[in-house]
Amino acid sequence: MKKTLVSILLSLVGIVLVLGLWSAISAKIAPDLPSPSKTWEDSALYVTKPWEKRGEMDQGIGLMTAYSLLRVAKGFALALLIGTPLGFLLGSSPLFFRMFDPTIQILRPISPLAWLPLGLILFRQSEPAALFTIALCSMWPTVVNTMQGVRAIPQDYHNVAKVLRLSPWRKFTKIMLPATLPFMFSGYRLSLGIAWLVIVAAEMLTGTPGVGGFLWQEYNSLIYSHILLCILTIGIVGFFLDRLMGFAEARLRAV
Amino acid sequence: MSNNRPLEISSLSKSFETPTGPITVVKDFNVRVQPGEFVALLGHSGCGKSTVLSIVAGLQSATLGGIVVDGIEVTEPGLERAFVFQSPSLLPWLSAIENVFLSASQAKPKLPAAQQKELATKYLNLVGVGEYANELPTALSQGTQQRVAIARALAQEPRFLLLDEPFGMLDSLTRFELQDLVLDLWEKDRKTVIMVTHDIDEALYLCDRIILMTDGPEATVGLDLKVPIPRPRHRHQATSHPEYQRLRDRIIGFLESHSKQFQPEKEAA
Repeated sequence: MKKTLVSILLSLVGIVLVLGLWSAISAKIAPDLPSPSKTWEDSALYVTKPWEKRGEMDQGIGLMTAYSLLRVAKGFALALLIGTPLGFLLGSSPLFFRMFDPTIQILRPISPLAWLPLGLILFRQSEPAALFTIALCSMWPTVVNTMQGVRAIPQDYHNVAKVLRLSPWRKFTKIMLPATLPFMFSGYRLSLGIAWLVIVAAEMLTGTPGVGGFLWQEYNSLIYSHILLCILTIGIVGFFLDRLMGFAEARLRAV
Repeated sequence: MSNNRPLEISSLSKSFETPTGPITVVKDFNVRVQPGEFVALLGHSGCGKSTVLSIVAGLQSATLGGIVVDGIEVTEPGLERAFVFQSPSLLPWLSAIENVFLSASQAKPKLPAAQQKELATKYLNLVGVGEYANELPTALSQGTQQRVAIARALAQEPRFLLLDEPFGMLDSLTRFELQDLVLDLWEKDRKTVIMVTHDIDEALYLCDRIILMTDGPEATVGLDLKVPIPRPRHRHQATSHPEYQRLRDRIIGFLESHSKQFQPEKEAA
């Protein structure tokens, strides 16, 4: 109890120090950088009325975040739907692995900024292009972790399945899936982190409403305070998403 | 259910590919196991006895020769041959009863689930761990886990029980308890049992017959000994039997004379 209190206090001290540094930089070094208080003044309307829609790109931060989250959820779901079975295939079939692993290693490090134009060409619309980019960038940790999970299944369990003559489906549901689940969720957690990183890039380039789109528009409108508002929002939302997945992961590991 | 034909391990050879060329672990191995017989495969670690057993189970394939059950060659696992692994190998996400149920439901797929569950409960009780039915394996001691694993094998209602050093990972007191359990279970229905072990006393106490294997590579049957100690056996009565000491000396003599050809011990495959 006392320990948590101390860590909460310490993290507050840390936040105050960073705010102080931020104020100092904006006052002494970079006059274009809005100070914390200026940021709050300019952003108060967006934060205190988070669900107000005043125009297409002029909406409360709650609504903007919701748009982005919805987009991330769709892209992430797509990533899991493709990534999980792909991971299972790569993990269970050495042939499949040897066939596709080199390709995957090449596709993995490609930036969302590179995928997005391709998505726009393919789909001719910004929304599906954004989802395509999110899915393609964020699915790799899911693929790799699921694959490693399948590989890590002890030989003993495979032997149990053989001795008991489990059908492929029963082996999958009784052994493969439960054995791989913790690995899958580690992958999901990393994938969600990437999906959230990618959303900003995708919205900036497509100009769709959302935290990323708003950030880019306010940069073009020279309202720098709002850029900071968006950055803080992205950070806080990302933090909570990770915590949420971490919580789900811990529950699975406990089993 | 009963069948009077032996299980035959016939001209069995097993080779593995290695970077330096193929190695023949077991060569021309012949054993006929009579119905109801309790047989031990005994030998130094790494001599290939586990390999033989896993070929009998259908977990590995023979390079030459094979396994004949009821006059038919078998190359795959079958529910009539149950296997108890050295480590309990219970599925950790399933409770004790669910682990046994999985096996019962595989062996009796046509039975309604309630009866499969009854079967699982029956065997869990039979091995003396009914009270832990709803526990996950990780909450159980090694000995209890191995009991559950034995229940899982029995729930298949197999004709052949294949035991791969089933007590190797247990402390000696627990090992004694489980040996007595297996002996009691065997007295009830006299299944055919093939057990791999490197424990001479265990083999003498439990088995009708001990097959001593020569050292690998190219391991084969070295000695085939009957254990004429009367049944039902009790530990003290068995160990004080004059044949016990005589056989024990003979086995030790055999193993010692064969260990000279054997290089530093490798772990069993």
